[in-house]
Order: sequence, then structure tokens, then C-alpha cells
Amino acid sequence: MVKVNGEPQEAAGESLAAYLAAAGYDIRAVAVEYNGAILPKERYAATVLADGDVVEVVCFMGGGC
Amino acid sequence: MAMEQNGEDCLELGGRKFHSRFILGSGKYSLQLIEAAVRDAGAEIVTVAVRRANTKEHENILDYIPKQVTLLPNTSGARTADEAVRIAHLARELGCGDFVKIEIMRDSKYLLPDNEATVRATETLAKEGFIVLPYMYPDLNTARDLVSAGAAAVMPLAAPIGSNKGLVTKEFIQILIDEIDLPIIVDAGIGSPAQACEAMQMGAAAVMANTALATAGDLPLMAAAFREAIAAGRKAYRAGLGRVLSRGAAASDPLTGFLRD
Repeated sequence: MVKVNGEPQEAAGESLAAYLAAAGYDIRAVAVEYNGAILPKERYAATVLADGDVVEVVCFMGGGC
Repeated sequence: MAMEQNGEDCLELGGRKFHSRFILGSGKYSLQLIEAAVRDAGAEIVTVAVRRANTKEHENILDYIPKQVTLLPNTSGARTADEAVRIAHLARELGCGDFVKIEIMRDSKYLLPDNEATVRATETLAKEGFIVLPYMYPDLNTARDLVSAGAAAVMPLAAPIGSNKGLVTKEFIQILIDEIDLPIIVDAGIGSPAQACEAMQMGAAAVMANTALATAGDLPLMAAAFREAIAAGRKAYRAGLGRVLSRGAAASDPLTGFLRD
């Protein structure tokens, strides 16, 4: 099981790029923290998800005070 | 820091010069209104938040913010210094430069910033080369620590965030303005153009507003009102306000009583 944004996902064995595309994320608009470290976009394709991985996928949204 | 060269009155943050002193938030209103809000506010800096991405949402806020605007991502949602640092790293990875507004809140009822954690996050991120604008509860000791930590400005709250209550912490913000050699940007709680103008008259370097606009009847029109109020307050500050008499009156007209003789 891979934890993506706090939810367990059946994604072990897939590349991060393939998982994000299949799940419906807009790759252009997101940043990824992979097991606690920032993962540059050019490494999404070569990063293969494994059981126990923790992935955060974030984007900008409106915010202020 | 206020820069006045050749009559130019600029706000300088992290080595960049801005002519607008109105920092605009982008929360709590529709993406479709952002462009008009930025235009009518004359804003050159707009704050955005970082959130977990949603697989069903494909609207990208960056498509709605004019390209010349400097994005100021905030770390809202962070409860600790470490979380703020993580959010700042993610924001930088999202590709919008090195500006970051630190917001760390442990308290979910009053949403007051954690000053001590804010100093720690500021120090870490400034060392990494971020241009750090920390949101804080107006306290002189913390502000001095933020200067030492490498902050580019200090952003004291005027009132609880989203409250539109105005300059509740006025006396303490004035102390920061008088004692801290960094731009003081009044943040959170400013509810009306009159309050924004007053903050600028006090010597604030800039004012941030969001809820005041988002909860107004006509958002772009309120953005324009804030723009004018902030510009007016800045001019009044630069001009130097006239003195206030402690008692009595002082005529502005000649008191010759000429009809009586």
C-alpha cells in the first residue's frame, strides 16, 4: 500500500508518473513530496512506488488572510 | 524598506522593488474574480496557499493570476516550524520563485500565529535563500528575533484573521514600525479602506487584505477603494501629519476682527 495524500492506494509497482496520470492529477500544476523529500518532476517517470511509500501531491489554491 | 530615489517611492522586498503597497490575498473568492481584483487593486504581490491536490479539480489558480504579479505562497495549514519549512519547499517546487509568507498556527479557534515557531522557520528558510515574510503576533521581541533570523519584512496581525475588525493591535504595530528596521506589512484583520489608510499613515510599509474584499458586496470595487486608501495613507505618512492640539483651538484665518472697529 502506498499512502497518497493521507489515503492508502494500490499503487505499488507503478511509476509515480503513471500513477499520477491514471489517478487524474494535473501533473503541470502539482509538486510532489516523496517519502519526506521534494521530488523534481523529471524524476516522476523513473520513481517506482513501493509498499510503505508516503507521497504528498500538492498544488496552489486561493489563500490569504 | 522605503526607497526614495529620483522621487520614486518603492517598497523593496528581497532585492525587488514594488510600486504597489497593497498585498492581495486570493482566498475565499472565485478564480474568475482574481484577475479583476488584481487589476483594480493595482496589486503586484498576491498570496496563494498550498494544498493537497484534488484529482477532480483541474482549474489552476496560476492561470488566473497575471504573469507580472509576484506570487507570495503562504504556509497556512502548518502547525509547526517543520511543517512550514516543508510547505515552503513544496511551494518553491511549484515554480513561483523564492518568496514565502510563514504562517504557523497551533490554535484553531483564534488562528493566532505561533511566534516562536515562526522565528525558527524563518531562520531555516532565510538560510536556504528564501525571501521570508513572517506573519506574527505583534511583539517587539519576536520582531527583533525575526530580523536576526533573516526575515525580509515583518507581517504583524491587526486583528484576528478574517475578522475585519481593524487595527486592534495598533499600539503594538506602531512600536514595530518605530523600532524595526524592516518593512512592517500590516496583515490580517484589516476590514476597511479607512483602516488600511490609517495603517499606512502610521508608517506601515504595506497592507495585506483578503477577507475585507472577499466579503464585500462588490469585490473589484472594494479592491479599488483599498488601492486608493493605501496610496492616500502612504502620501499622508510621507507628507507628515499635522499636529494635534492637546486643548483649545488655533485659527487658520487672520483674527483681525476688522468689522468691529
